[in-house]
Amino acid sequence: MSGNIRLLADTLAAAKAEGRSALIAYLPAGFPTVDGGIEAVKAVLEAGADVVEVGLPHSDPVLDGPVIQTADDIALRGGVRIADVLRTVREAHEATGKPVLVMTYWNPIDRYGVERFTAELAQAGGAGCILPDLPVQESGLWREHAEKHGLATVFVVAPSSRDERLAQITAAGSGFVYAASLMGVTGTRETVGAQARDLVRRTRATGTDLPVCVGLGVSNRAQAAEVAGFADGVIVGSAFVKRLLDAPDHAAGLRAVRELAGELAQGVRGRA
Amino acid sequence: MPSEFFIPDPEGQVPSADGYFGAFGGKFIPEALVAAVDQVAVEYEKAKADPEFARELDELLVHYTGRPSPLTEVPRFARHAGGARVFLKREDLNHTGSHKINNVLGQALLTKRMGKTRVIAETGAGQHGVATATACALFGLRCTIYMGEIDTRRQALNVARMRMLGAEVVAVKSGSRTLKDAINEAFRDWVANVDHTHYLFGTVAGPHPFPAMVRDFHRVIGVEARRQLLERAGRLPDAAVACVGGGSNAIGLFHAFIPDTGVRLIGCEPAGHGIETGEHAATLTAGEPGILHGSRSYVLQDDEGQITEPYSISAGLDYPGIGPEHSYLKDSGRAEYRAITDDAAMRALRLLSETEGIIPAIESAHALAGALEVGRELGPDGLIVVNLSGRGDKDMDTAARYFGLYDTDAEVAADAESTAEIKEDAQ
Repeated sequence: MSGNIRLLADTLAAAKAEGRSALIAYLPAGFPTVDGGIEAVKAVLEAGADVVEVGLPHSDPVLDGPVIQTADDIALRGGVRIADVLRTVREAHEATGKPVLVMTYWNPIDRYGVERFTAELAQAGGAGCILPDLPVQESGLWREHAEKHGLATVFVVAPSSRDERLAQITAAGSGFVYAASLMGVTGTRETVGAQARDLVRRTRATGTDLPVCVGLGVSNRAQAAEVAGFADGVIVGSAFVKRLLDAPDHAAGLRAVRELAGELAQGVRGRA
Repeated sequence: MPSEFFIPDPEGQVPSADGYFGAFGGKFIPEALVAAVDQVAVEYEKAKADPEFARELDELLVHYTGRPSPLTEVPRFARHAGGARVFLKREDLNHTGSHKINNVLGQALLTKRMGKTRVIAETGAGQHGVATATACALFGLRCTIYMGEIDTRRQALNVARMRMLGAEVVAVKSGSRTLKDAINEAFRDWVANVDHTHYLFGTVAGPHPFPAMVRDFHRVIGVEARRQLLERAGRLPDAAVACVGGGSNAIGLFHAFIPDTGVRLIGCEPAGHGIETGEHAATLTAGEPGILHGSRSYVLQDDEGQITEPYSISAGLDYPGIGPEHSYLKDSGRAEYRAITDDAAMRALRLLSETEGIIPAIESAHALAGALEVGRELGPDGLIVVNLSGRGDKDMDTAARYFGLYDTDAEVAADAESTAEIKEDAQ
């Protein structure tokens, strides 16, 4: 293991050694502006997130609910480019020393060039990538280049995934496994389904060594504590984005995401 | 007894087992949909092998849809096409008014076989939505149709038809508010409701097996046209011409002619206000390979893979993607694609109406405009078959405004008001 995939593994292992789950935050690059987005990413890392996923906005985010769609839209209308996403990764990692991943759809990377993107992401200090519309069967070329540059390939598993697919996915993936807590798109939910617990159990039953982190729907400290009871990591996205969207100005937005990260950091330590 | 109307590709060479037509196709879908898409593939293979499925579908295609559809020669129109003989494959005369019903009935039967109780679909012009709502009424399935907000306005008649048939119509307000965004929203619904819902995809795009399955359900168009032409004209055509949005009616017409290498296959894409203006939806003419809605194909996109907003006067062709088999046919050189402007399509729409008494859909008018060009290139010995994929009733408001056919300004205002009311209802 080389590059920042090692940092990601060490970070998740350290949380486990502390007897807690890791807190993984998601924020799109370029939202509300490129510099404002960088400040937000740094703020959540400083306030308690262990890992951050930087979203590379896409015109057609078919797996995202209205909150992240709105943020992507604002970022794209603001003219965000892949160079800005990479700068967000670099500055967040350099400022905090924490692992930073990119989450996006496959077409922007396919178009940019897999070789070029993986090289530049590694060079920016990135730890890996989550590509939710690139299924394991289509991921050969990506994984070849990601491995070459020491980048993790985090696959998503879903409640509908059958056991034999869980085995294929955990065998091909690296970094951690992203377990979708429910069947649906991103967005906050009142409750995080019982499906999540079962999916984590079935994923671990494949014998994988990878940490299993749960995302989709988690928005508050109590939910984070609940998920932390059975998962290695808790992933929170829309709740952060919503705080930024709802804030009257950027300074208030930064205070709000900082506050949420602090609460969630308590949650993943089992303090509901 | 072999089916007369359900005639899947007998060659079985494309796509490959993993859904590739050469470099195009595949299955780029979220993990949450993998099990459902696999189920569709498995059930479709089972259905293909089951004579009972073909029997049931044949029964519907004959007694409900009205197949075979006629082949009409249009000599007065053809005078404007360099004197070539022109035949129209009359998919507009199918029940619901377009070719879409061929695929919808096949997938509706499949929905029942999968034990699913709800159907969702996207629609652009509303023809696929109407056909889907129709089949759901017939089979007692719950139905939700996603339609871009702009399209619900320009195709208000079809919104009313879908609601009359008992379907829920959701006006999609994200992105360009047209077909692409309706598909995005349908995918979001499907991810959340996949346990009891089938996504009845309306064109030959999407993840495998949709491009091959939807093609198979439409293959009947070309199979019939080929047979009818041999009977009527005594020979194969020089060119088979169809409009191309996602590409379903075109692949339906083309496919049976692929082995006939003397038949040129010509797809007509929407050039909108002109390719050079950037306001068009001519994916194969101006796009680059990429991934949209589950498969690799030509896509209208910028240099960083963001999908660009398409434009066409025709809601059914206003789409920045294209079925992967068309990309394959383009790159292999077997089919050729040309771009037809809004104005050329509208002129052809009016010409067919006035010379032959047939009002085509604006989508199909792109193919007619293409046929006028191709006829002039071929000259008087030419023989052309055009897929008249849909009828124009739904487009009368757009056409009346385009040509100034309303009597008075007051009438236009009254009409705009009623359109606004329908739109309000939609919200």
